[in-house]
Amino acid sequence: MELTHAEDIKKHVRVYISVFVALLALTIITVTISYLNLSVVPAIIVALIIASVKGSLVASYFMHLISEKKLIYAALILAAVFFLVLIFVPLLAMSDRIH
Amino acid sequence: MEIPYTVKARPDTGLTNAKLGVWLFLASEVMLFGALFSSYILLRINAVEWPHHVLDVPLATVNTAVLISSSITMVMSWASLMMKDFKKYKLYMGTTILLGFVFLIIKFFEYSHHIETGEIPSKSTFFAIYFTMTGLHGLHVIGGMIVNGYFWGPGSKMWKTDPERFTNRIEVAGLYWHFVDLVWIFLFPVLYLL
Amino acid sequence: MEGNHSHEHHLGFWRKYVFSQDHKVIGIQYGFTSLLFLLFGFTLMMVMRWQLAYPGQPIPLIGQWLGEDRAPQGIMLPEFYNQLGAMHGTIMVFLGIVPLAVGAFGNYVMPLQIGAPDMAFPKLNMMSYWVYFLGGVTMLSSFVMPGGAANSGWTSYPPLSDIATIGQTVWLIGMVFLITSSLLGSVNFIVTIVQLRAKGLTFMRLPFFVWAQFVTSFLLLLAFPPLEAAGVLQLMDRLAGSSFFLPSGLVVTGQPLNVSGGGSPLLWQHLFWFLAHPEVYVLILPAMGIVAEIIANNTRKPLWGYKSMVYAAIFLGFMSFIVWAHHMFMTGMGTIISTFFQTTTMIISIPSIIILTALFISLWGGSIRFTTPMLFALAFLPMFGIGGLTGLPLGLSATDIPLHDTYYVIGHFHYVVAPGTIFALFAGIYHWFPKLTGRKMNEVLGKIHFFGSLVCMNCIFMPMFIVGLAGVSRRLWDGGAQYAHAQPVLHWNAFMSMGAWTLGLFQLPFIFNLFWSIKKGKKAAENPWHATTLDWATPTPPPHGNFTTVPQVYRPPYEYSVPGHKTDFIPQNQPMEA
Repeated sequence: MELTHAEDIKKHVRVYISVFVALLALTIITVTISYLNLSVVPAIIVALIIASVKGSLVASYFMHLISEKKLIYAALILAAVFFLVLIFVPLLAMSDRIH
Repeated sequence: MEIPYTVKARPDTGLTNAKLGVWLFLASEVMLFGALFSSYILLRINAVEWPHHVLDVPLATVNTAVLISSSITMVMSWASLMMKDFKKYKLYMGTTILLGFVFLIIKFFEYSHHIETGEIPSKSTFFAIYFTMTGLHGLHVIGGMIVNGYFWGPGSKMWKTDPERFTNRIEVAGLYWHFVDLVWIFLFPVLYLL
Repeated sequence: MEGNHSHEHHLGFWRKYVFSQDHKVIGIQYGFTSLLFLLFGFTLMMVMRWQLAYPGQPIPLIGQWLGEDRAPQGIMLPEFYNQLGAMHGTIMVFLGIVPLAVGAFGNYVMPLQIGAPDMAFPKLNMMSYWVYFLGGVTMLSSFVMPGGAANSGWTSYPPLSDIATIGQTVWLIGMVFLITSSLLGSVNFIVTIVQLRAKGLTFMRLPFFVWAQFVTSFLLLLAFPPLEAAGVLQLMDRLAGSSFFLPSGLVVTGQPLNVSGGGSPLLWQHLFWFLAHPEVYVLILPAMGIVAEIIANNTRKPLWGYKSMVYAAIFLGFMSFIVWAHHMFMTGMGTIISTFFQTTTMIISIPSIIILTALFISLWGGSIRFTTPMLFALAFLPMFGIGGLTGLPLGLSATDIPLHDTYYVIGHFHYVVAPGTIFALFAGIYHWFPKLTGRKMNEVLGKIHFFGSLVCMNCIFMPMFIVGLAGVSRRLWDGGAQYAHAQPVLHWNAFMSMGAWTLGLFQLPFIFNLFWSIKKGKKAAENPWHATTLDWATPTPPPHGNFTTVPQVYRPPYEYSVPGHKTDFIPQNQPMEA
């Protein structure tokens, strides 16, 4: 990030603090929801959505991804695609079996 | 002989070498932890039964807050350098390292408790994957703390000789540290809440 | 984290030759180390081939020294055969070919070809080499462990690998080191290629060799970590008593195993092959890169279809991540998932064919110089072609059924790797030798090496298709001698073994040539092959920092025989005429 002015940084600091508060809040929310003992599938979906929001906040603001260069996005999108392949394809392979 | 673009960004890519390098490294880490998450899913789906409520959720929630706090102190340590405030940098970076210690100490208590009650990797695939994933994550925390410790201590001398390069190094160290936090953000619900 | 050298001052012996941060020194270190490992891995095979040719016969010369637990009275035990097999594969792939193709050629040539002073992270580069070395030593030390070396194949399938002897644990630790080395290296390569290209060197002006290394580095970066994870899981199974890969109810030599169970051997296979399939493209892409450089240079023509080759290489890299379970067709996968994998596998053959075809067409109308490097590069084309074509029935799930885990598979992959990749690597050694040493390797010895290797390799690997089609399984310590269905083809075993030992003999002129030519080879100028790429625009050998003046690129990479020009080649850094 090509930031040279203290003013710009101060703006960013305000964002960092807001993100921090949001992260703590979302943590409390996700733990509270877990005590509701939802059934498996909704529990997984809700927990993963909340985690994804938290993760996106960390990545976008703490890691400055929201203003990063195209090349970084390209590398990360590539990794994301293969990550999804690694998560879902073995699952599909295990579920489609010869019995 | 100078390697170009170590401090100043290359114009057409807009990146310094270390910035690109650390993001590529993090991409590989996504695949590493991704493989473990994939293993978790496969093992759980194939399992006849899967334990619930055997981990200390309140303690881990505290640990989650600890790591999130360390993330903001980490980014604040970088921001302090951007504002040319070295004293603030030391304060924030020191706090980051301290919070890392707290995280590890809490994990130590968790692990000790499980080991005492025989809840170890050989007992079930749940505890096997629990110890492996949090263990590998913990090793990454330790690694980050060593790097941060170096930059708080002997490495901080570079602030006097090459402040811009030092600031970039802290940014890069921060990216790694945030990633470690990010992994925990997913590990925590998957292992403790689901 | 990265290296940033102050101006050069006199370095002591250790910092200049041993713990060097110069990519050229590191490239040479990788080169010698990997060639030694290749020789060792090849020797293991030559010993194995005795047992295959003459099962139960005492091994000559060395049999007496192997010891009671490996070869009592010189006769190879099946356990020892398995160790040799597992270690041959592991050493050739992970300690030999990839470090040579990527660590040696990539490290030495790539920064030169892009006009860079060194790699982006010289310290990291040095660490990559030493961690590789450490990994190699660790791997080899498994031979002296009680129970011997790893013996569960290079694929280390559980449950067998989970309960195997200590050598397997050492194998896993070695793999962790090797994977770490590879990851550090791949980050370095990608950042270097992206960030340190000389002025004017756009991506579409890169030599194809650099594109090949670029795609290869992405494969290493993203495909290796799941194997590292799998290695950790297997170490947990072996050392912490977990059951990641151990199913419930497993019985070993009549006793139920005292573990929690609930694990999945297939999980290992998915994680392993997720790496190991892209790994085979790691084995072939640098080789294609080398062959492309040598063909363009020795036909005095630009490569035909450069753009197609580049897009094909990128597409190949991407597809390589979604074909892996064609190695698992026999694990009980259903028709839908099998169809998915066989479809992606058929699709991935297209970019390979595009690259091979482009290289073939590049020969048309060329003014061909039949030097030793060119001979190896030319032979690569049909040999890789055979390897690739024989892969097709393996990639289709129905035809894979009779072929899986037979000698047919061994024939297929050896064609791609041995008269394929290794020929390309030989070609590269002959080709770049003058840049390192200022001398050419001897052409007569080179041609003996070439023709001998070409004939012998075909003698070894062609019969494997016959033997495999007859149904002889791989990894049989007696080459199938106990099986009725193997009897009609057993005679091929001795023939193939003769081929292997003769192949060994034909490497002697090469080894001699390599060392002799350093001092006595014909002196060569800075650009003896009249090549266009920047690697030939440096002094010989290139000094620290590589280029005396900062290079600037004005042209595409293969400006050979440009009509109207007085010379038949124009270097990339030659300015356009006013």
